[in-house]
Amino acid sequence: MDDFLLIGGKKISNRFFLGTGKFSSNELMRKAIEESKVEVVTVALRRVDGGGKNENILDFIPKRCIIMSNTSGARNADEAVRIARIAKAAGMGNWVKIEVISDAKYLLPDNFETIKATEILAKEGFVVMPYFNPDLMDARRLRDAGAATVMPLGSPIGTNKGLKTKEIIQIIVNEINLPVVVDAGIGRPSQAAEAMELGCAAVLANTAVALAQDPVKTAVAFSLGVQAGRYAFVAGIAQEKNVAEASSPLTGFLQD
Amino acid sequence: MLIKLNGNAKEVADNITIESLLLQLGVKNNKAVFVEHNGKVLTEGELGVVLGKNDIVEVISFVGGG
Repeated sequence: MDDFLLIGGKKISNRFFLGTGKFSSNELMRKAIEESKVEVVTVALRRVDGGGKNENILDFIPKRCIIMSNTSGARNADEAVRIARIAKAAGMGNWVKIEVISDAKYLLPDNFETIKATEILAKEGFVVMPYFNPDLMDARRLRDAGAATVMPLGSPIGTNKGLKTKEIIQIIVNEINLPVVVDAGIGRPSQAAEAMELGCAAVLANTAVALAQDPVKTAVAFSLGVQAGRYAFVAGIAQEKNVAEASSPLTGFLQD
Repeated sequence: MLIKLNGNAKEVADNITIESLLLQLGVKNNKAVFVEHNGKVLTEGELGVVLGKNDIVEVISFVGGG
């Protein structure tokens, strides 16, 4: 199916985006990316205080991938903007996932600060993908601030609870003319498929893959789930009915 | 002399280079690591920069993240 997702001038075929955190090894992460044919991945930036592995995670991400730095660790817009600028200066390109969180318990994003950071970074030419707590007014503000997509959470990061915010996400899909990328809390391929059936443009998951018993197979499963949901959406989702409608003919029964 | 390293005050030898500092920290050969010096991200060729008093240094790496 010739159905590309266009973001920041780039054509993306695989609508499953993968976070690279929590993998038990860089090599395992690499295999998950290769086998699932994921194209868009996220990375983070952290201070290094000494020692550490002699491996560069970037060496384990296929060259064909689009790498999006996240601004995790940022507690406000200023910190997010700083992280994005550092990532770009370090050669990471201009795709950035804005993640501004000052809530340590639920890791819920701060929409107000996210909108501020989006406006600043969009003006500087970044392809801004803001992670936010789904709200229609804030989605409009993010769009107006120059976001390339909006990334509503499905449920809190790492909880695997799926699309708890389904109703609002559906509203956002219906009302905002930007790709909607569900990010956070997606624990199963079926939940990813569900997001795509709503009309979302893509799904980002990390924990469910990285901490799976078999991360490589799980990455493939998610990729297939996202594809299935997308195909179903494009084909047209069947309407629910309150009464039964037979699938086999109602005449010519083998009975008197 | 005192510099600020990764947000904390740190005593280092006068006229130390960034390269020597990285060696001291044990991250010289860590290919993922890069340095921001007084707000500027340095290329590999710029690591010979000599640090000054109260310079602000960030030693940073790309890591896995969601």
